[in-house]
Amino acid sequence: MKKSFIFKKAIPLCFAILAILSFSVVPSANAAEKLEKPNLKFGFIKLTDMAPLAIAYEKGFFKDEGLNVQLEAQANWKVVLDRVVSGELDGSHMLAPVPLGASVGFGTKADIITAFSMGLNGSAITVSNDIWKQMKPAVPADKAGHPVHPIKADALKPVVDLYKSKGKPFNMAMTFPVSSHNFKLRYWLASGGINPGYYSPPQDTSGQVSADALLSVTPPPQMPSTMEAGTIFGFCVGEPWNQQAVAKGVGVPVITDDELWKDIPEKVFGVNKAWAEKYPKTHLAVLKALIRASIWLDAENNKNRPEAVKILAQSKYVGADAKVIANSMTGTFEYEKGDRRALPDFNVFFRHNATYPYYSGAVWYLTQMRRWGQINEAKDDAWYIDTAKKVYRPDIYMQAANALIAEKKAAAADFPAKNETGFKPPQPFFIDGITFDSSKPNDYLAKFPIGLKGKQVVAGGKVTGK
Amino acid sequence: MNNKLIKFFNLSGLTWFVPMVKLCAGENPAQQIRQLWLIMGVPVIAFTIFLGLWSVTASKINTSLGAIPGPGAVWHEFSGLLDEHYAERQKEREFYQQQIQDNQAALAKDPKAEQTHFSYTGKATYLDQIITSLYTVFTGFTLATLVAVPFGILCGMSLIFRTALNPLIQIFKPVSPLAWLPIVTLTVSALYQTSDDSWFDKAFLTSAITVTLCSLWPTLINTAVGVSSIDKDLVNVGKVLRLNWSTQIKKIILPSALPFIFTGMRLSLGVGWMVLIAAEMLAQNPGLGKFVWDEFQNGSSQSLGRIMVAVFTIGIIGFVLDRVMQTLQNLFSFAKP
Repeated sequence: MKKSFIFKKAIPLCFAILAILSFSVVPSANAAEKLEKPNLKFGFIKLTDMAPLAIAYEKGFFKDEGLNVQLEAQANWKVVLDRVVSGELDGSHMLAPVPLGASVGFGTKADIITAFSMGLNGSAITVSNDIWKQMKPAVPADKAGHPVHPIKADALKPVVDLYKSKGKPFNMAMTFPVSSHNFKLRYWLASGGINPGYYSPPQDTSGQVSADALLSVTPPPQMPSTMEAGTIFGFCVGEPWNQQAVAKGVGVPVITDDELWKDIPEKVFGVNKAWAEKYPKTHLAVLKALIRASIWLDAENNKNRPEAVKILAQSKYVGADAKVIANSMTGTFEYEKGDRRALPDFNVFFRHNATYPYYSGAVWYLTQMRRWGQINEAKDDAWYIDTAKKVYRPDIYMQAANALIAEKKAAAADFPAKNETGFKPPQPFFIDGITFDSSKPNDYLAKFPIGLKGKQVVAGGKVTGK
Repeated sequence: MNNKLIKFFNLSGLTWFVPMVKLCAGENPAQQIRQLWLIMGVPVIAFTIFLGLWSVTASKINTSLGAIPGPGAVWHEFSGLLDEHYAERQKEREFYQQQIQDNQAALAKDPKAEQTHFSYTGKATYLDQIITSLYTVFTGFTLATLVAVPFGILCGMSLIFRTALNPLIQIFKPVSPLAWLPIVTLTVSALYQTSDDSWFDKAFLTSAITVTLCSLWPTLINTAVGVSSIDKDLVNVGKVLRLNWSTQIKKIILPSALPFIFTGMRLSLGVGWMVLIAAEMLAQNPGLGKFVWDEFQNGSSQSLGRIMVAVFTIGIIGFVLDRVMQTLQNLFSFAKP
């Protein structure tokens, strides 16, 4: 009796369990080598520069590498970081300075690395219609009466001073304390003599110590509606939200980031360091797919961009109206309503080595974190370079690039040369004309009229020390 | 036969049909028609007036995303969402067919080739999201009931227990789901390690537990009230018969408290469904809450219409859930027919 039970029930049950187990170990068919983790989940925020992820999925580049990827929109950048740290996401579209901020420990402390830059530029600073009306008289105009770009923050200074003298707060928004947008907005304001305020961790992380303009965090998609509600007078954000503000008639973009500093690294693809060490082959496969997607996006003079716009307009990706996304993706940018200008490099995905994670870009962000007090202690030049090297990983990027070259899916000429150091030569392309030399971060900081330098720290609500 | 039908309709909350049945049975037609007019005609006319007012006023309110969509636009978005669902299902079928073909091709080339068994990773359609939401709310609600009923019985039976728990209940009952959520999120992340083949997603657990925490209280309080207001004679009979503890609960306390428990559960499910939408928005659980949030973030010209579809879906599902619970409540209470 007992024996028959074993044969009738238990043995088939064992087989069933074995069958289930064998299915759960998923092999990959196409990849030359077996990937450690072919089923992946990546996060993104609804911005046009998530395009490499959407294209790699829709054009089958992930599949070519033997990956089965799920893309999921996330609520905000904080959620993105937390979920990559906790392992709920295998990797994500991230703001370029976020992995650096996590490494320094401003906000969440974690080891996030990036071996792929998701693109350059792609953001702008927009002010509300009312503020634009007030600052327009101070903006130089050409013969036809159109404002001359780039517009400097000097034109905004009288408006901010007026608010200050009336005792009214001048509120502006950016997307995250360690976001490219925060640093760009601060850079632009400070270049016009407006103090955007200092951070004073660990006590004060609002970033509003001695501020003329008060900056706070608003999630990108809510920017236009928050400005329409009158809560903020201006913001710095990625596309399509500046163009959306123009389309809705609530604001006017005054400067795009490639006019502020040409080729700012904007977003990166960040993964947990432990994840990258545990699944190196998977990481390479992901990078290969993303590089191919970026090549596709910039191929033959942006030939594929209209198709990319259609893909991004789907509600599961960016979801904004196609014509709004097309404004910035296809090489033009609309400032005041009707004032449409050519900006071919507004959204760069692959040209100019856009996908290569330069150490110098990381150093620039670190200098800005120091400038505004997020790093509230003096650091020597070597520290900046070591931190950049810990987080930005061009070595892994080049492995993926070389694999693509070997498979003839990309040309060697498309990538930085073999002797690339990862540090760009000194760059003079800033709106205030100050040259950035990534090998001398402390000298660079000393050149700014507004900002921490030398041994200065923010304590007790003011800047102290020399 | 007719009486049975009428009883069924009354119990299931489909009172609309009662006069019809009576009418078919030829029972005082004038009175039945008046009855029918009252319970069917009036609501239908009111709803039509609402639709009319909506379509007139909606077109006059201009938001930054365009005019507020009227009933026609919302219906259009709804059918668009259904089309998307079928298109996505079609893509899913193609994905699996392609996978089978790829596997066969690989086998033909090399008999030892390893086979791929990926699951489809396309987007969750609107219908998928509704199912996720229902699944999440019922998980949370079941957990809440499993906790609330035993504690409620204890509270009802023992004065000491009730006095001990009372402050906790009073403090936690009014707490909003938004306040619980960060704590639940962090706790779940700390205690629950996920891997590739985990049963639940963290986002799902977070949402379900938030629903539990918020929907626990009506059931707990009602159960306690129900148990403590049992007829003393019944309890005394139990004592005289020297029933043991579990028999007392099974034979006397549960049956008499059951109507109260079901009233509590009905309230709990209503609260849970409301809480769920907020929880999903923040916890990123792929249900209706995330749908609303994503559409808000999309900010396209269709977004408002789609959010409106979600509003109606949430409302109708909430209504149906309430009706189901009401029917259960009617079935278990002896006092009412």
